[in-house]
Amino acid sequence: MRAPFVLFALCWSLSGAAGPDSCIACHSAIEEGKGPASIIKNDIHISHGLSCADCHGGDRTSEDPEVSMNKAKGFKGRPARTEIPKFCGACHSNPDYMRKFAPRERVDQLELYQTSVHGKRLASGDIKVATCIDCHSVHDIRAVKDSMSPVHPLRVADTCSHCHSDKERMAQYKIPTNQYAEYRTSVHWQAMTKRGDLSAPSCASCHGNHGAKPPQVESISEVCGTCHVLFEQLYNRSPHQAVFSTAGGGGGCVVCHSNHGIHTPDTGMLAGPSSICAPCHDAGSPQSNTAVQMAGWINGLDSAIKHSETVLAEAEKSGMEISEAQVRLLDGRENLVKARLALHAMQPEQMRIPIDAGMTVARETLQAGQAALRERDFRRYGLGVSVILIAIAILAIRGLIRRIESNSDTAQDSAD
Amino acid sequence: MPATELKNKTLDKTLDWLDERTGWRMVRDLMDHKVVPMHAGTAWYYFGGITLFLIGVQLFTGILLLLYYRPTVAEAFDSVRFIMTRVDFGWLIRSIHSWSANLLILSAFIHMFSVVFTRAYRRPRELTWLSGIILLALMLGFGFSGYLLPWNQISYFATKVGTDVAGTTPGVGPLIARFLRGGEDVGAATLTRFFDFHVIILPLIAFGLIGLHLALVQKHGMSTPSGIPAQKLSHMKFFPNFFLRELMVWYGVLAVLGTLAAIFPWELGEKADPFASAPAGIRPEWYFLAEFYTLKLIPSHVWIIEGELLGLLGFGTGAVVWVLLPFWEMKANGERRTRLATGMGVFLVCYLVTFTILGYVK
Repeated sequence: MRAPFVLFALCWSLSGAAGPDSCIACHSAIEEGKGPASIIKNDIHISHGLSCADCHGGDRTSEDPEVSMNKAKGFKGRPARTEIPKFCGACHSNPDYMRKFAPRERVDQLELYQTSVHGKRLASGDIKVATCIDCHSVHDIRAVKDSMSPVHPLRVADTCSHCHSDKERMAQYKIPTNQYAEYRTSVHWQAMTKRGDLSAPSCASCHGNHGAKPPQVESISEVCGTCHVLFEQLYNRSPHQAVFSTAGGGGGCVVCHSNHGIHTPDTGMLAGPSSICAPCHDAGSPQSNTAVQMAGWINGLDSAIKHSETVLAEAEKSGMEISEAQVRLLDGRENLVKARLALHAMQPEQMRIPIDAGMTVARETLQAGQAALRERDFRRYGLGVSVILIAIAILAIRGLIRRIESNSDTAQDSAD
Repeated sequence: MPATELKNKTLDKTLDWLDERTGWRMVRDLMDHKVVPMHAGTAWYYFGGITLFLIGVQLFTGILLLLYYRPTVAEAFDSVRFIMTRVDFGWLIRSIHSWSANLLILSAFIHMFSVVFTRAYRRPRELTWLSGIILLALMLGFGFSGYLLPWNQISYFATKVGTDVAGTTPGVGPLIARFLRGGEDVGAATLTRFFDFHVIILPLIAFGLIGLHLALVQKHGMSTPSGIPAQKLSHMKFFPNFFLRELMVWYGVLAVLGTLAAIFPWELGEKADPFASAPAGIRPEWYFLAEFYTLKLIPSHVWIIEGELLGLLGFGTGAVVWVLLPFWEMKANGERRTRLATGMGVFLVCYLVTFTILGYVK
């Protein structure tokens, strides 16, 4: 009999301490630190002055549960999963309302979500697909830039993987579950996690976030081209573009570089046992020979630049001033990058331009390095000769001193 | 008349003609009569000569560098690089100038401490001591001003730190910092000023003082350490006996300079970028390192006094006591505070060596 009284007294006292928000006060007491009320203090909505009632309805000023959670007061309670996007969208699709809190925030999330694979399946009654709360969490929703947010760039791939790496869950959709494992071996993951480059792509960068779906085969190069602009332009000029765009099982860049597990490209992709050209072009065919030739050019320029670097490093270690050659060598490296870029057009004559320019730089800087080493040797030789001459001069002076002092001793003896 | 006799007679006549107009025989007589005391500490006398020789090297190499150096922010760094890469033996001249500057300061310090430990500052050589101390300060000024001239990253930030420290001098600090920099920060005006200090103002003062210092040494002769009875002391003629020995030492120093320049050419670094962050571990040249490290060790505030200010007050007081050494070492009644002066000298050597090493290591 005393329990309701105690609970009421507790709610009363807590509501006094926490202001007029009776939802948090009562739920904190009831849930004993295990429910939404215990985690909501970190929620971005709370930090903007909103409260439970702003989403769930009801009257947060009343300590009486009968009043505060009365449907007549607009109380909606917990929404069904199929209702969640509209539940959130009630505010997030309202530009006038959102302008008060986040004027730069987009308000088309719900619209995009409805076009996504997730949204379409949810609309058809599949409640296993992701809704807002599966990615953004619920009751402790944080800003995307907050590193604790599950959709922060560093964490978003992990968040997607909760469902997409779950074989059991994905079985009914017949889609692979190795994307996250492959992504973690990719250059994009390395850039994101090792170099701390938060602009590096993760799942949402290519698939979209609210409107998530796989890129179309014909648009893959445009997806990659969002960041790799020049590569896309050159690829679109290549003979591969027309062929790859009609390929099955993915197309465009993915044909050579794969999709989730993109690794650092090297010339082994063009020639040798792991050549990616081999499945389409027979060894010895003109196309295969061209690929081998282009790989040779890139390897040749790379080696020439590295050789120049080694010689210049040795000269620098010897204290020689070679900063001009080192700056010039940057042009060589830039030409190597340009040659790797030009490769994507698959037009060898275009690729020769940066290769030739790079080789000229490599040759000039090598000559500068070798000249510096010759100069170092000349200095050391000159030093050796100078030290010998100085030693001879010192010995000559020593001899002169002895002769002078021996003469003066003789003169002294004669005088005595 | 035999040809030889005629030749000697013509030479004598020419020399007499010259002597009548220049009095050069007076110099020869001085050299003839100048002697150097021979004792266990005679070797210390060479350091005065080494210092003088290195000043000569600095003058010679400095004039050669001036042929190509351009003292503007836009051109200074490139002109030094041009000297090192394009001018024949420019690398050698620049490296010798830089290494010689360091050896010169080292040699001047050794010369100063040898004077202290052999009591060569005592009456009547007080002015010789004072002129020497001012010369040492000028050499440090040469080092500080010359360090900025290549306008590289390290020298830029070291000058920034150095002028900041000077700016904390009580009362006149901001004025000194502004005077040195020619503005609020190290920039184009600072480079021009430091160039003027380095090649005009400091050399003019230094040459006058070197003349005075040498004239005083000539007037009073070489000092002998106290405690050696006069009858036990032998002497060597300065010219040619001691001079030739000094010449051998100079040749040796030249060999060391050449070796350092050829094996460890003075590096140029990167062009100064005022907007870049200061390079890690920025520190001044080794001869300011002990003081720099001491200032780093002092807490930011000691009681109500700022740490840097306290350090500068300490250095200032110590410098005044050191400069006035010949005057306080001997009391009015003739009694000497020899042990105190020796103790101070030993302490100063230990402090400078230890803190310079710690400044490098830490």
